[in-house]
Amino acid sequence: MSAAAVLLQFLNGLAGASSLFLVAAGLSLIFGVSRIVNFAHGSLYMLGMYLAVSLSASLGFWASVPLAAALVALAGGLMEITFLRRIYKAPELLQLLATFALVLIIKDAALWGWGAEDRLGPRAPGLAGAVTIAGRQFPQYDLLLICLGPAVFIALHLLLSRTRWGTLVRAATQDREMAAALGVNERRLSTAAFALGALLAGFGGASAIPREPASLQIDLAVMSDAFVVVVVGGLGSIPGAFLAALLIGEVKAFCIGLGYSELTLAIEFVVMAVVLVLRPWGLLGRPLAETRGPGVLQPSLPAPSFLLLGGLAALLAAVPAFAGTYTVVLLTDILVFALFAASLHFLMGPGGMPSFGHAAYFGLGAYAAGLLLLRAHLPMELSLALAPLAAGVGALFFGWFCVRLSGVYLAMLTLAFAQIAWSVAFQWDELTGGSNGLIGVWPAPWLSSRQAYYCLTLVLCLGAVALLWRLLDSPFGYALRAARDSPLRAEAIGIDVRVQQWAAFGVAGLFAGVGGALYAFSKGSISPETLSVPRSVDGLVMVLLGGVQTLSGPLWGAALFIGLQDSLSRGVEYWRAAIGAVILVLVIAFPQGIAGFLRARLFK
Amino acid sequence: MKCKILIYCVFASFVGNAFSQDQSIKIGELNSYKVFPAFLEPYKMGWELALEEINRSGGVLGRKLEVVSRDDGGTPGDAVRVAEELISREQAALLLGTFASNVGLAVANLAQQRKVVFVAAEPLTDKIVWENGNRYTFRLRPSTSMQVAMLVPEAARLNKKRWAIVVPNYEYGQSAAASFKKLLTRAQPGVEFVAEQAPPLGKIDAGALVQALLEAKPEAIFSALFAVDLQKFVREGDTRSLFKSTAVVNLLGGEPEYLDPLKDETPEGWWVTGYPWSEINTPEHTKFRDAYRKRWNDYPRLGSVVGYCALYAVANGIRKAGSLDADKLIAALEGLQMETPFGEILWRPIDHQSTMGAYVGQLAKKGGRGVMVNWHYADGAKVQPSDQEIRALRKE
Repeated sequence: MSAAAVLLQFLNGLAGASSLFLVAAGLSLIFGVSRIVNFAHGSLYMLGMYLAVSLSASLGFWASVPLAAALVALAGGLMEITFLRRIYKAPELLQLLATFALVLIIKDAALWGWGAEDRLGPRAPGLAGAVTIAGRQFPQYDLLLICLGPAVFIALHLLLSRTRWGTLVRAATQDREMAAALGVNERRLSTAAFALGALLAGFGGASAIPREPASLQIDLAVMSDAFVVVVVGGLGSIPGAFLAALLIGEVKAFCIGLGYSELTLAIEFVVMAVVLVLRPWGLLGRPLAETRGPGVLQPSLPAPSFLLLGGLAALLAAVPAFAGTYTVVLLTDILVFALFAASLHFLMGPGGMPSFGHAAYFGLGAYAAGLLLLRAHLPMELSLALAPLAAGVGALFFGWFCVRLSGVYLAMLTLAFAQIAWSVAFQWDELTGGSNGLIGVWPAPWLSSRQAYYCLTLVLCLGAVALLWRLLDSPFGYALRAARDSPLRAEAIGIDVRVQQWAAFGVAGLFAGVGGALYAFSKGSISPETLSVPRSVDGLVMVLLGGVQTLSGPLWGAALFIGLQDSLSRGVEYWRAAIGAVILVLVIAFPQGIAGFLRARLFK
Repeated sequence: MKCKILIYCVFASFVGNAFSQDQSIKIGELNSYKVFPAFLEPYKMGWELALEEINRSGGVLGRKLEVVSRDDGGTPGDAVRVAEELISREQAALLLGTFASNVGLAVANLAQQRKVVFVAAEPLTDKIVWENGNRYTFRLRPSTSMQVAMLVPEAARLNKKRWAIVVPNYEYGQSAAASFKKLLTRAQPGVEFVAEQAPPLGKIDAGALVQALLEAKPEAIFSALFAVDLQKFVREGDTRSLFKSTAVVNLLGGEPEYLDPLKDETPEGWWVTGYPWSEINTPEHTKFRDAYRKRWNDYPRLGSVVGYCALYAVANGIRKAGSLDADKLIAALEGLQMETPFGEILWRPIDHQSTMGAYVGQLAKKGGRGVMVNWHYADGAKVQPSDQEIRALRKE
């Protein structure tokens, strides 16, 4: 690259970094104050884009940007007051489920309101052209963007460091309980912070329209970018987010400049993994406040009821006798995902380690099964038996890094590893079949009827769930819970917390791998979506719907989620929004999850 | 909760059985309606129009045609479950639809396993009729490599030596790039490929990419970008004067789904494949366009034509077979000739690919929106590799 080319790519990187920072700053602010992992942040950005494109037709671009941002702030404030405020007291991560439901609803609302076609916004009047820099053309609007990021950064910094409101926000970010104990009105503060975060997201979206068309896919893309920036920078740290945006923006620009654009598929996740391994709290983040007192008081996990499991197995075993073939196919899917959810629950419930990338192990199991069958030409039965080991080994490898972290950092590192695994499966054509995946992964002839395969799935999945439950009732399971509730005390009585947690990763990965291998043979093909983010999110949704603090919750959660998808997508036009609405109602009505609610009703 | 679902399932399968007693012929249709709505809403309107026409003229084999349409969720795993539902609960006579290549391949694979005929309407991957082709799978649209082959003569005629390539980073883009390099080198020996960019689908960083292309100083660019990526590339390339000095050939760029959002920023002079719906005035196309506008009060997109032809192919196949038996349907579809808005097409017995073609032309602006000019119809039958090559790919 010539010096001029380097300069231009550096400027491109700055422009990209600025727009990244605008979204990430809002997310960081919201997380800092309310500890909400706001999945809907990308949706607010998308809303800002659509509003700005619509408004600019009548008001012009410059007026539409602040107006769209204000409208999004209003929407954000309403969201917080109507839904999120009701569940602050609920178990942690439940807010995540509520925001996920909002993602689905906003997406379908945008499809309904603005239609399916992408909307290319206007260029910015007055800044539509280019200036000549080092003999090359550079868009004028990008120069404005380059200034906009630092300007917003300085404004936010002044707001947070020089005003009383900013002091309260910083106090709540550092220690929410203490701030509340000192008489800070937490509710108002949370609403205001959420609205400000939404304002920034809306502003980011609206100011992006001269560079990017409004489309329905933008929400998830922006959400994942914003998460990466926030976590790399350190949760709740605005300067950190700024630094991280700069780092990622430049890395991306130079990947493209040097001709390695394939790398940009997952480069931000590679950056995140490296940063988190070296600095467990991000570039400028601080360790989270230590838990006080005797540890977080989590309700004790009920003793596993093998009677219930046995009864369920007997009931399900009778299904093929009286139900149609499709019921059997649907139940196969439900069983596989019940096991997947149960293995995730093992890690995030009793293990206390939320994983946002659990599909990695599911996918590793599925791909290992497919590769052993198609490339190593092993018999199907042997492939099925060996595949989970690959997932277990993968989980041990990823877990070794992850257990050094905690909370959202840990969750994001699992996500980073999952994305890296996904991008490898996506690009390694010769081995994994690339984006199309592996075709022709069918079970052996004696299992080829759907009924036979269902019986195999039933035995393996419920057997695996029983094993997981048995493990939780063993000394290992109790040590794991001790490590979750009070790591310090657990260490003091001689439990090696990290080793327990590491082992939990291996176990959860192994059992997710069993699910993945069964899934592969039930579908006949696997593609990279088996280890993609949406799969991981599905798992989270199932666990949270069922209830984190129960044992059987993940099973009910999986049944409900797959059942909803199956029945709603058949009959309802806007079925995604319908699923979102159902989830939202459930979250507000049963914050303990369905199984948690039933338990509270039946046993108290 | 599970009990409720179970009861529901049992009830639904009962109801399903009761319905299959009536005399209509059921076609199981599945597609990623909510993931790719821009293409698939017109597609659905296309097959709905065809369905109404077919049933108004008396249906097929004396029975009414019924399309049971499902959203496949956009992932191969969910699509396979939906297809299973169509096969076993709905007792669909055959399967139709799918959009993305990985979903199409997964359903094709299932069709073979369950011995059900599958007409893939939209997936572009070569593999669905070649490497992973099977007896039960047929595909309507011209594949990636067919459309590349239609563009190569125009690319060679530009007589440019230094080419840059921009394709989305997944199988469609990779195979488009590979076909283009192979065919152009054959047509124009000595051609050079000076830069290659493969940004992730839907997440192109257009500024940096255009800059990188400028640094390579190409004389011409081959692009397979579409949708959001194409719009960003066009705007950024225009602002940075990339297109002043370079000719561009863009696969799919003339399809109304991707061309219309560009409006007055449509880049003039680009060679594209697409569908100039307003300009084709053959009797068969005029008839289709008039019927479509009358029914929907909207103009047809390429998706509309695909949906319309796909359902007609199914109806004609069943008519010719005189039965719903899979083997007889395969025999009928192989070599089936039929009328479409694009003219007559043939379903090739050798690889189950239809000879539906595409329109090749140049982009221009007219009244603030993009149109195709200097266009001609490229017949799909004329851009096929030799039978020998195909047999080798299909491992027959």
